[in-house]
Amino acid sequence: MSPALPRWADLALIPALNLALAFLAAGLVVVFIGEDPVQAVSVLIRGSLGSSYAIGFTLFYATTFVFTGLAVAIAFHAGLFNIGGEGQAILGGIGVALAALWLDTTHWLVVLPAAIVAAALFGAAWAAIPGILAATRGSHVVITTIMFNFIASALLVYLLVNVLRVPGAMSPETRRFAEGAHLPFMHTMLGHLGIGMARTPMNIASLLALLAALGTWVLIWRTRLGYEIRAFGHSEPAAVYAGISPVRIIVVVMLISGAMAACMALNVVLGYQQRLVLEFTAGAGFVGIAVALMGRSHPFGVVLAAILFGMLYQGGAELAFEMPAISRDMIVVIQALVILFTGALERMVRGPVERLFARRPARAAT
Amino acid sequence: MDLATALAIAESSMRLAAPLLLACLAGLYSERAGIFDIGLEGKMLGAAFGAGAVAAVTGSAWIGLAAGMAVSTVLALIHGLASITFRGNQIISGVAINFLASGLTALIGQNWFGMGGQTPQLFGDQRFLAVELPLAGALRDVPVIGFLYSDFLSGFTVLVYVALLAVPLTWWVLFRTRFGLRLRAVGENPGAVDTAGISVVRLRYQAVIITGLLCGIAGAYLATGMAAGFIRDMTAGKGFIALAALIFAKWRPWPALWACLLFGFLEAIGIRYQGVTIPNVGTVPVQLMQALPYILTVVILAGFVGRAIPPRAGGKPYVKER
Amino acid sequence: MASAAQAPDAPAIELRGISKSFGPVKANEDIDLRVEPGTIHGIVGENGAGKSTLMSILYGFYQADAGEILIGGKLTPIPDSDAAIRAGIGMVHQHFMLVENFTVLENVVLGAEDGALLRPSLAKARAELTRLARDYELQVDADAVVGDLSVGFQQRVEILKALYRHADILILDEPTGVLTPAEADHLFRILRFLRDQGKTIILITHKLREIMAITDRVSVMRRGRMVATLDTARTSPPELAELMVGRRVLLRVDKGPAKPGDVLMQVRDLKVNDWQGVERLRGVSFDLRGGEILGIAGVAGNGQSELLEVLAGIRPASGGSVRFRGEALALDSVANAEARRALGIAHVPEDRHRRGLVMPFSEWENSCLGYHGEPRYAGPAWTMDRRAIRELAQAGIEKFDIRPPSVDLTTSNFSGGNQQKIVLAREIERDPDVLLVGQPTRGVDIGAIEFIHREIVALRDRGKAILLVSVELDEIQALADRIVVMFDGRISGARAAGETDERELGLLMAGIDPAERAA
Repeated sequence: MSPALPRWADLALIPALNLALAFLAAGLVVVFIGEDPVQAVSVLIRGSLGSSYAIGFTLFYATTFVFTGLAVAIAFHAGLFNIGGEGQAILGGIGVALAALWLDTTHWLVVLPAAIVAAALFGAAWAAIPGILAATRGSHVVITTIMFNFIASALLVYLLVNVLRVPGAMSPETRRFAEGAHLPFMHTMLGHLGIGMARTPMNIASLLALLAALGTWVLIWRTRLGYEIRAFGHSEPAAVYAGISPVRIIVVVMLISGAMAACMALNVVLGYQQRLVLEFTAGAGFVGIAVALMGRSHPFGVVLAAILFGMLYQGGAELAFEMPAISRDMIVVIQALVILFTGALERMVRGPVERLFARRPARAAT
Repeated sequence: MDLATALAIAESSMRLAAPLLLACLAGLYSERAGIFDIGLEGKMLGAAFGAGAVAAVTGSAWIGLAAGMAVSTVLALIHGLASITFRGNQIISGVAINFLASGLTALIGQNWFGMGGQTPQLFGDQRFLAVELPLAGALRDVPVIGFLYSDFLSGFTVLVYVALLAVPLTWWVLFRTRFGLRLRAVGENPGAVDTAGISVVRLRYQAVIITGLLCGIAGAYLATGMAAGFIRDMTAGKGFIALAALIFAKWRPWPALWACLLFGFLEAIGIRYQGVTIPNVGTVPVQLMQALPYILTVVILAGFVGRAIPPRAGGKPYVKER
Repeated sequence: MASAAQAPDAPAIELRGISKSFGPVKANEDIDLRVEPGTIHGIVGENGAGKSTLMSILYGFYQADAGEILIGGKLTPIPDSDAAIRAGIGMVHQHFMLVENFTVLENVVLGAEDGALLRPSLAKARAELTRLARDYELQVDADAVVGDLSVGFQQRVEILKALYRHADILILDEPTGVLTPAEADHLFRILRFLRDQGKTIILITHKLREIMAITDRVSVMRRGRMVATLDTARTSPPELAELMVGRRVLLRVDKGPAKPGDVLMQVRDLKVNDWQGVERLRGVSFDLRGGEILGIAGVAGNGQSELLEVLAGIRPASGGSVRFRGEALALDSVANAEARRALGIAHVPEDRHRRGLVMPFSEWENSCLGYHGEPRYAGPAWTMDRRAIRELAQAGIEKFDIRPPSVDLTTSNFSGGNQQKIVLAREIERDPDVLLVGQPTRGVDIGAIEFIHREIVALRDRGKAILLVSVELDEIQALADRIVVMFDGRISGARAAGETDERELGLLMAGIDPAERAA
């Protein structure tokens, strides 16, 4: 039994300290490759927040990470570790592309709902298989979802090379979607309201991401299903005792999680690239793990963490341009350090903090 | 299929199985001690970079091997710190180590060599080259034995033989030594080990370090034995296939050998028969061949081919109960 | 080693001023204890009195915050279990510290090997085990896999482990909890024999009967303090009980005669296999009537848990039938618990930590666990009505005197007794027709025990049926109107509560029916 911490220390202080350690370690890496970390941070912040252009890109990336982060967070609430966000996102991209290629002569108001349904169905189906295998055959979700990432990327290559490629074209990608499938960009929408903003890929999917975060909050903390998910996540025997079917919870949670990860394709494929290309996920599924851990699996935390990672991605691109020694791989390093310090090494900070707080009431009592 | 093709596939299977086998046995020590390790992939990758980079700079494959083992062991110790000392989530720690290796190798590789994350091409002594086994020449003309020994078994790099020898060695350590007894005990019931006056922490760290060393050899083999230099993300999921082999083998050394040979064989077939046409079925796409080990792993994990029961205390941090 | 150096009249163990805290909880406070060599020394106290903590300090499992330990009159710091073993201390833990897939030999050798290679160690241990078996009458098959042995034999392996390490002082923590009375008697014979050979034995228990039966001296602990050390011959169970609790205790439950009504539940030939296909329940039949408490007695692990779980709908049966008010219940699926509740079958599970409560939930969230689908908790759409749940939870807190009275407190922060009251409040509040109760007072302080027993009797007096599973024979005898004893997955006997005694029930728990033998 651990001594109880004040809520604010548990929710804010410990994550902040963990994050500080992660960035300290990242700073040491920058020093190791012979660059100035302070300068790197200033370039990073300027590059990610210094202009409406930078902010637009930052929020565009953040939108992607909200979806993949929520996907991991929802599964965490059920005690499941879905590392398959990358593969589910790939399937989501295929779904989005098929819907867009089919309907792009109509209007985006028709394409968007169809794309949402297609992405959700494809992503959910891809997550359902590991879910069903875990629920009924007892195979480990972590390993199975990792395997499904590899299988999904092989599937994407096959489809783009053999099926969806424009005949005669060299590069393995689909044709460009027609005008009717282009989502409104944020700068155009804000333009209608008389607010000026630089042209960036940020699009209407950002609003969908916020809706998704809100919906997740309602699901987890307000609905009966959310209650059952949390009960199961904390204690499977207690859930069984309460008449909650583990098979149902595992499968349903994996469906929702997979659908959520897949929705990142709305932002990237439909909102920005307007065609399906290889590697369009760019590791976003994995970023979701760091985002969920950092955001404590709470939708609000996930949104904040996603914005931070959006800053890292946008600022990191700027950084690689201005300080070439710090390539974009630095982002993966930071991501790893965030996962390490906020996830695996959490107790390194928690232990001392708990001891600190345990001493205080004792002193007050005497 | 003629004999020459069969021999080529067999040799290729063996070459591809060797790093899997080393990583698989590496995982065996850790998981038998109760520490799950999905960071085999990252440790191999880190070691491949360390070996490739140092071999290129020093000109010695052996110094490269030492460097690879050192890198891998450092990563293993991070995993130990997270899962043993700070009793963190072992899966999350493994994920972090995989990303850490992937990011750092590319970042530092680009920083040092400026070749897009690759290390320079390795030549001569910078690599482990094929070795002729003793008497291979003399035995070549003996029927059957000559073929098996001189044509098949001879002529791999020394690290392949290390991998093969690691199997009986691991079996012996596990079942015939004091260390092995304690290692198996700590993965089943750390409380029994603790109350017997043995340090659970020290024992688990020892296991994790062995895992690091073996993964280091596996990674060095990729960069300085199988290929001629380090390439970004060159492990390409081999660490996860090794993990699958470990589960398939139910955490036992000899079955681990057969499992790794099977996966090596599948990969060899995939490489050789890219886009092969099967009569009446049509062309099997390359991508399906490439995905086959992963699909097979899922099938195995689902228990359609034998059920695997992991060490009982696996994945759980040891806390003295109140 | 320790015995060689010790002065003839020095105590085997002397503890001076031992204190130990876990966070804000003071588990041990300024404890002094003297244990004379060649005696059996009992330590009694309620759950949570600090007995196990004290012994864990003596065995090097925890470090004391203050105080010192003297072994054979010599100051002996014990930083870890290794030091304890070297000081000649052996311990048999409540939960055995055995590697189940190892053989007896491997378990005995573990940690006491003679060299880096296993073979010579094993050969030596085999010879030594033969000697120990002869000297102390502790026969056991050295090559048997420990997981296949009965609990009694596993305990024997634990004792052998200690003797193999040349222990002069043997600590046993609640050793009889998992044994039949006959096995317990056998254990006591072994302990007396060991004492007569000059070993010193410390017996931790909460059963006064055992203290009276076997110890030479007894120390009583209460709330982390040592309150008395007495000669067993000069004390009595009421005196010890009063010392344990700090006030006079009623060892009986006030209840009138039962007025059995209609048969509510009919269990016929019920069979259960576990996940490995081992038959845990081998054909159990009985009737449960309204207005009676049916006690299921037996040593833990003889099928009582499985019976309770099948009836509660959280474990599938492999054969047989259960009728509730004449209607057959579905026994095939694991997710029937909700349907059972809807019929009016409530369940207080044996393990409230893992099953009965979700520990990280707040009190109000646990107040509807299992009933969370009821219309009265439903909000708009698929949501839950948090205000309604909290109000009902608050009412439950007041009615069952749950302390502290906060619906927002995290469940794990309540004491064991109050946690059990949360479960009981939830299950009794709906006035179920049948209440299935497992180990209702395990890990619960005496004040709460009385309260819980009164609530169960009150439910009976309202004409409801109660199935009580408990490994505490005292509890069964105090509460039940009818007693069914289970052994090895079967019912070994059924008696009316007033027409049987401890001795007869003890034999039935070992699978022997004295009535049959007489006939």
